[in-house]
Amino acid sequence: MSDFFVTIRDLYFSRGDREIFSGVSLDIPEGKVTAIMGPSGTGKTTLLRLMGGQLRPDRGSVIVQGLEIPSLKRKALYQARRRMGMLFQSGALLTDLSVFENIAFPIREHYSFPESIIRDIVLLKLELVGLRGARDLMPSELSGGMARRVALARAIVLDPTLMMYDEPFTGLDPVTLGTIVSLIKELNCSLGMTSVVVSHDIHETFSIADHVCILSEGKLAAQGSPEELMNSESEFVQQFVQGKPDGPIPFHFPAEPLEQDILGKDMSGKSAL
Amino acid sequence: MILNFLQSIGAYVLDAFASLGRASLFLMQVLMGIKDVLLRPRLLIRELYSVGVLSLLIIVFSAIFVGMVLSLLGYVTLVDFGAESSLGVLVSLSLIRELGPVLSALLFSGRAGSALTAEIGLMKATEQLASMEMMAVDPIRRIVTPRFLAGFISLPLLTIIFMALGIYAGYLVGSVWLGVDEGSYWSQMQNKVEFWHDVVNGIIKSVVFGFVVTWIAVYQGYNAMPTSEGVSRATTNSVVYSALAVLGLDFILTAIMFI
Ligand SMILES: Nc1ncnc2c1ncn2[C@@H]1O[C@H](COP(=O)(O)OP(=O)(O)OP(=O)(O)O)[C@@H](O)[C@H]1O
Ligand SMILES: [Mg+2]
Repeated sequence: MSDFFVTIRDLYFSRGDREIFSGVSLDIPEGKVTAIMGPSGTGKTTLLRLMGGQLRPDRGSVIVQGLEIPSLKRKALYQARRRMGMLFQSGALLTDLSVFENIAFPIREHYSFPESIIRDIVLLKLELVGLRGARDLMPSELSGGMARRVALARAIVLDPTLMMYDEPFTGLDPVTLGTIVSLIKELNCSLGMTSVVVSHDIHETFSIADHVCILSEGKLAAQGSPEELMNSESEFVQQFVQGKPDGPIPFHFPAEPLEQDILGKDMSGKSAL
Repeated sequence: MILNFLQSIGAYVLDAFASLGRASLFLMQVLMGIKDVLLRPRLLIRELYSVGVLSLLIIVFSAIFVGMVLSLLGYVTLVDFGAESSLGVLVSLSLIRELGPVLSALLFSGRAGSALTAEIGLMKATEQLASMEMMAVDPIRRIVTPRFLAGFISLPLLTIIFMALGIYAGYLVGSVWLGVDEGSYWSQMQNKVEFWHDVVNGIIKSVVFGFVVTWIAVYQGYNAMPTSEGVSRATTNSVVYSALAVLGLDFILTAIMFI
C-alpha cells in the first residue's frame, strides 16, 4: 500500500447527461491538509460525497484507508464512515435537537457512555469552536456562521481520521475565520487527522494547505504545493489563483451565445418584436 | 397515432412497475431496521406519541359525528318498517365492517401520513439525512423505521377507538334522544355482530390500511425531490395515493371477507 490516505484513480461520474468527472486521478497524503479547489459547480462537493460513499462512481476507484469505497457492503461502509467526518456546506444540523444534543448525537448513536462523559466531550468540542455558551439554543436560533461552527464541532466529535470540510470558511466574520483556519490546522497536527478542505478562499486555503488540487471541467487541472501553484507558468492556474475575470476559465455555465438567446434563433432581430 | 397511444400506455405501466419495485426495496430496508428499533424502544415511543396520540383528537370528533349521523339516518329509514329496534345492528355493522377502518385510514393519512412525508422530505432537503449517513447512522433505520412502525401500530388502535365511540354516539342519538329501546339497541347488536367475522375482519382491514398508508407516507418523504416544491408535491401525493389505495383495497378486502 502507498502512504496515500485516499487514492482516486480514473474516476468517471455523471449526473444525467452531464459528465462531472471524466478521468480524475488524485492522491491525498496522510496527515496533511489537502485543498480541493476549482470553479463553482465543478463537482467539489460531489467528490467529497464519492469519498464518503454517498454516491457511486460510474467507473474508476476510490480508495480510502485501503478500502475500496464503492464496492463496500452496507455494513462495512457504515463502519468505514465512523472514521470519517464531514462538514456539510449547509451545516445540516438536526433541526429538532438542541446544539448540545446535535453534537452528542454521534456519540449517543455509537457508544453507551455515561452522561457525564458525553457532557465533557461535547463541551470540549463546543469550546474549540467558541460556542460553549450556545449549547442550549436550537439550530433555528443560530446564525449561518454559528450553525457552521456547531456542525464543525459535531463532525470532529468522534475524532475521525479523515476529515472533510466543504467550504468551511464562507459566511464567517474575520475573527472567527482566523480561529477556524487555525483550528483546522491544529486538529490536523495534534490529532494526526488527514484533512480535505474544499474552498474558494485562495488566501486562507493556501495558508494552511500542504497540497492543493485544482479541478476543472471534469479533470484534475493542476496540483502541487501552494508555492508551486503560485509560481506556476500555466495561464489557467494564474487566472484561478489571482481571480482574474479573463482567461481560460469561463465564468458562464455552458450556454448558447447571448445574442442568440435574446434575439431568437434567426439572429435577425425581427422575432423579438 | 394508435401506436403512440399504446406506446405511452406501455411506458406508463413500465414506470408504475418500476416505482412499485423501488418502493418494495425501500420497504425491505425499512423492515430490516425493526430489530434495531425494538432494542431502543424510546425512539418508537416518541413516534407513537406524535403519530398516534396527536391523531386522537380528529379521530374522536369524527367518530362521534359519524356515529350520530348514522343513527339518525338509520332511524329515519328503519322506523318506516317498524324495525327501529335493529338500529344498533345497523350502526355497529356499518362502523365495524366499513366506516371505522376506511374513515380512520383516510383521516389518519391526512393528519399523520402527510406530516410524516413532510417531515422526512424536509430532513432530506436540508441534508439532515445525508449528514446522518456520514455520521455512520443509517437514516432509514434511525428515522424511517420508527415512524413506519408507529404508524402501523397506531392506526388499528385508532380504528378501534373510532368504532367504539361511533357506536356509543349512535346509542346516544338513537336511544337517549329518539327513544329507541335501550335494551334492544345493545342486545340485537350482541346477537348479530360476530366477533370473528365482523370485528376481527374490520381490524384486519385497518391493519392493512395502516401498513399501506404509512408505507406510502415514508416512501414519498424519503424520495421527495430535495426542494420546497418537491416536498409539497410529495405531501400531496402521499395523501392522494393513500386515499386511492385505501379505497381500492377496501373493495378487494370487503369482497374477500363478507361475501
Ligand atoms: N442532485 C443533483 N442532481 C443533478 N445535478 C446535480 C446535483 N447536485 C449537483 N449537481 C450538478 O453537479 C455539478 C457539481 O456539483 P457540486 O455541488 O459538486 O459543485 P461544487 O464544485 O461543490 O460547487 P460549489 O463550489 O458551488 O459548491 C453541478 O454543476 C450541479 O449542476
Ligand atoms: Mg459545493
